[in-house]
Amino acid sequence: MTVDTERTITVTVNGVPREATVPVRRLLSDALRHDLGLTGTHVGCEHGVCGACTVLVDGDPVRSCLMLAVQVDGRAVTTVEGLAREDKRGGQVLHPVQEAFRECHALQCGFCTPGFLMTIAAGLDKRDPAAELTEEEVDDMVGGNLCRCTGYANIKKAVHHAAATMRDAQ
Amino acid sequence: MARLRRPCGGSRHGRCAAVTTKLFGEPVRRREDARLIVGKGRYLDDIGHTALAAAFVRSPHAHARIVDIDVEGALDVEGLVAIYTYEDLSGPMAEPLPVLIPHPQLTAPRTGYPLANGEVNHVGEPIVMVVATDRYVAEDAAERIAVTYEELPVVVGVDGAREAKHAVHEEIPDNVAARHHQETGDVEPALAAAPHTLSFTQYIERSACTPMEGKGVHAKWDADDASLRVYTSTQASTSVRAAIAAKLELSLDKVEVIAPDVGGGFGVKIVHPWPEELLVPLAAINLGREVKWTEDRREHFISSAHERQQRQEITVGFDDDGRITALDVHIWHDNGAYTPYGIIVPIVTATQLVGPYVIPVYRVIVESVFTNTVIVTPYRGAGRPQGCYAMERTMDRIADELGLDRALVRERNLITPDQFPYDHHLTFQDGRPVIYDSGDYPGLLDKLRALVGWSEADRLRADAEARGRLLGVGMAMYVEGTGPGPYEGGHVQVLGSGKVLVSTGLTSQGQGHETAFAQIVASELGVPIEDIEVTTGDTRRFGYAVGTFASRAAVMSGNAIALAARGVREKALRIAADVLEAAPEDLEIDAGLIQVKGVPGTSIPLRTVAVLSNPLRYAFDEAAKQATQFATHDDTKPPVAEGDAPGLEHRDYYSPIRSTFASGAHAAIVEIDPATWEIDVVKYAVVHDCGNVVNPMIVEGQVHGGVAQGVGGALYERMAYDADGQLQNASFMDFLMPYASEVPDVDIDHQQTPSPLNPLGIKGAGEAGVIPGTAAIASAIEDAVGRRITSMPISPTELYDLVRNPDSEMTATAARRAGTGAIS
Repeated sequence: MTVDTERTITVTVNGVPREATVPVRRLLSDALRHDLGLTGTHVGCEHGVCGACTVLVDGDPVRSCLMLAVQVDGRAVTTVEGLAREDKRGGQVLHPVQEAFRECHALQCGFCTPGFLMTIAAGLDKRDPAAELTEEEVDDMVGGNLCRCTGYANIKKAVHHAAATMRDAQ
Repeated sequence: MARLRRPCGGSRHGRCAAVTTKLFGEPVRRREDARLIVGKGRYLDDIGHTALAAAFVRSPHAHARIVDIDVEGALDVEGLVAIYTYEDLSGPMAEPLPVLIPHPQLTAPRTGYPLANGEVNHVGEPIVMVVATDRYVAEDAAERIAVTYEELPVVVGVDGAREAKHAVHEEIPDNVAARHHQETGDVEPALAAAPHTLSFTQYIERSACTPMEGKGVHAKWDADDASLRVYTSTQASTSVRAAIAAKLELSLDKVEVIAPDVGGGFGVKIVHPWPEELLVPLAAINLGREVKWTEDRREHFISSAHERQQRQEITVGFDDDGRITALDVHIWHDNGAYTPYGIIVPIVTATQLVGPYVIPVYRVIVESVFTNTVIVTPYRGAGRPQGCYAMERTMDRIADELGLDRALVRERNLITPDQFPYDHHLTFQDGRPVIYDSGDYPGLLDKLRALVGWSEADRLRADAEARGRLLGVGMAMYVEGTGPGPYEGGHVQVLGSGKVLVSTGLTSQGQGHETAFAQIVASELGVPIEDIEVTTGDTRRFGYAVGTFASRAAVMSGNAIALAARGVREKALRIAADVLEAAPEDLEIDAGLIQVKGVPGTSIPLRTVAVLSNPLRYAFDEAAKQATQFATHDDTKPPVAEGDAPGLEHRDYYSPIRSTFASGAHAAIVEIDPATWEIDVVKYAVVHDCGNVVNPMIVEGQVHGGVAQGVGGALYERMAYDADGQLQNASFMDFLMPYASEVPDVDIDHQQTPSPLNPLGIKGAGEAGVIPGTAAIASAIEDAVGRRITSMPISPTELYDLVRNPDSEMTATAARRAGTGAIS
């Protein structure tokens, strides 16, 4: 029996079908960053604790350092580069959580930020925007990612800010 | 209390022109965020996709002789490019790494080699560098390299070093690298004469910066030009450049070093040159290829730097009112296996320990000792948290002994506003006297009492008891020397396009320099902030600098940039005055337009003045053509006047007479569950004074971050070395960095006592949040459980053991409370 050392995968990344031939042991985080050139996803620990590498796979937040690239063959991945939407004139419309992070000074060095943005965006996009945001929901959305710079206070503020924006946009 | 008002003496130019309040002091949203929130930051590993990758074989032993390095097994790995050991190093590269900050009291300094030279002194020390086509392959090769060791006895922990059963470095049998000693009077007779004395011993354990991004180096050698470009995740690009040039024997002008976006530093990236910062460029030159190394998390734990561990023996003399008459402190400081950063951390502990208090007679001895562990270099606070812990726990003990309120005892010892400048007669880390320039410590204390509800403590304790919980309130005050020299510089240049380029040599790791420095220039020059672009940490743009540490960037570069901007303004007004036929004093600049005050029609854009400032022969575009027409043709004078220069730019420097002293006070309320002994910080209050503030939103963010590290250091973070020098928790799974759930909400109040030492009146703010955390929380826990807390951090298990231990000391306060039936 021969064992693949490499495999060609097709994965939709930020809405665009991408193909890559990767070693089967390549982590998804490394494949995104180095094979697909999407360096917005960062690697902080490689053992699934810090969450800096969080991306969405079929809409769910996942630690990309704990996945192999071959595991997303045929699936859809969203990274921080795909969080903003394109507007009709080819410009960019930021996701409310991105705007909120800037408005609330929820980032300092920015290294953990993509992981937080993806996790929070997934959380906000899944919930009913009209419902009042609870502290429990905020804790849930920010509680699994590490930040060494901000002390989290402004990150929590940003979640509130983004939820309010999404509620008002209804 | 009267606010301190002083003329700005001490600045090189003697000027203290009022800064317009347009953007200075405003919570301007950050310029750097635009790229960071869409994933377009450029951190070290984002650079150099085609570079070869380096990986290292690192020592698995804490102390060993290297008997043999067998690379045979690695040679067959496909994708392997090169292997380097110490034998491949020559000249300055074969010498030990530099002692960055020598000191006469650092009598036995030691540093490592870029690759181990026959001996390793801590787990993680680099022995072999492997270069391959990618990191996976490099690690495959590294795994196949067989190193044979002869294990040697291991020294771990400050007590292990003191006992000196074994030596880390054979020729230093007592493991003492330095004995730092300062004294302000005769402490023994003063203690003997004191109405009361107390002695106690306490410990603070090792922690580390652990920024989310580790270290990394990318090097590119241009063979045609014989020049080297190095990107490194550093806090000191100019110094790394000098080190690389010296070690690789290159001329300084042939080396550029750039700090890209850096994912946090907190001090660990101030040390340089790391072995990798020399080895990666060496490989790049040697192989004629780009080479890159990015540290992984385990590497960061075992081969970067830690800080904090000290054993402190304190004896204090005081009177019936709790006023200190004498203080004698003997500290043992674990500096790890080597001393590349000298004794800065011990000196900072020794000198910042005195805090906001009058200490009539003070003696401090800090012995810096070797252990077979990772090196110890600054971590946010850089010795101040330990000093604050010593002083503040002493205050708590005095209060406890005398049955006095802990805030009252502190108040009685405070330096008062009329006593500035206050000379402690100590020598600071910058070699200059510890003279506090301004502050209002009673003001801080008053604000803190109000903010935390200090007078409510008894009631809160009773309420908690009714809920079956133990509650305690604690506090700590600190003074922080910030903005040490020698200097920083700023360059401001207005281009013909209207863009304003600003650069300074020190670096950024998330402090918002691109915004804060732009705010200063916008305010000084009267230009829209959108027109301003700030570059930091790039030796191509600014070659003279020191680095980012000791909460100095805003103070140093902020002032230098302000002075540079003022130079530009002066020149712009001079040129415009000539063109507009007005006097410079009658002109103002607003939104990039220079106009005669009150006469809106008479104006000239700043960008046109920029073009005019460079007398041209060739009109290469429309703007230049206009300028040649605008220019006055006075043939009695040369186009560039004597002593003047072409261009609308100015370079200036700020070099302080000494550090400026920020201050603050923190309080914590903790609740403890007597079933699980879990410690919950239910309230955390900060009063903070960093003088004039450039951007209050950024300063508050710095405080939040510092507090999180303070809470982490008090309750969760500890480097757990076993007796064999193995770091047992070298990952985030076991080294407990706080998540959001561990960090309390922080209530902040502000005070501003401007610094009289610099033109902008600012003091540093970067480290403030972390300095008193351990002390304040220890104070609160002790208040809650009534037992002496003598070692921090403390976990629920340790607290449980402490309370259950019949030999643990009950506080006098707890005994009093129990005696009176009051809540304890």
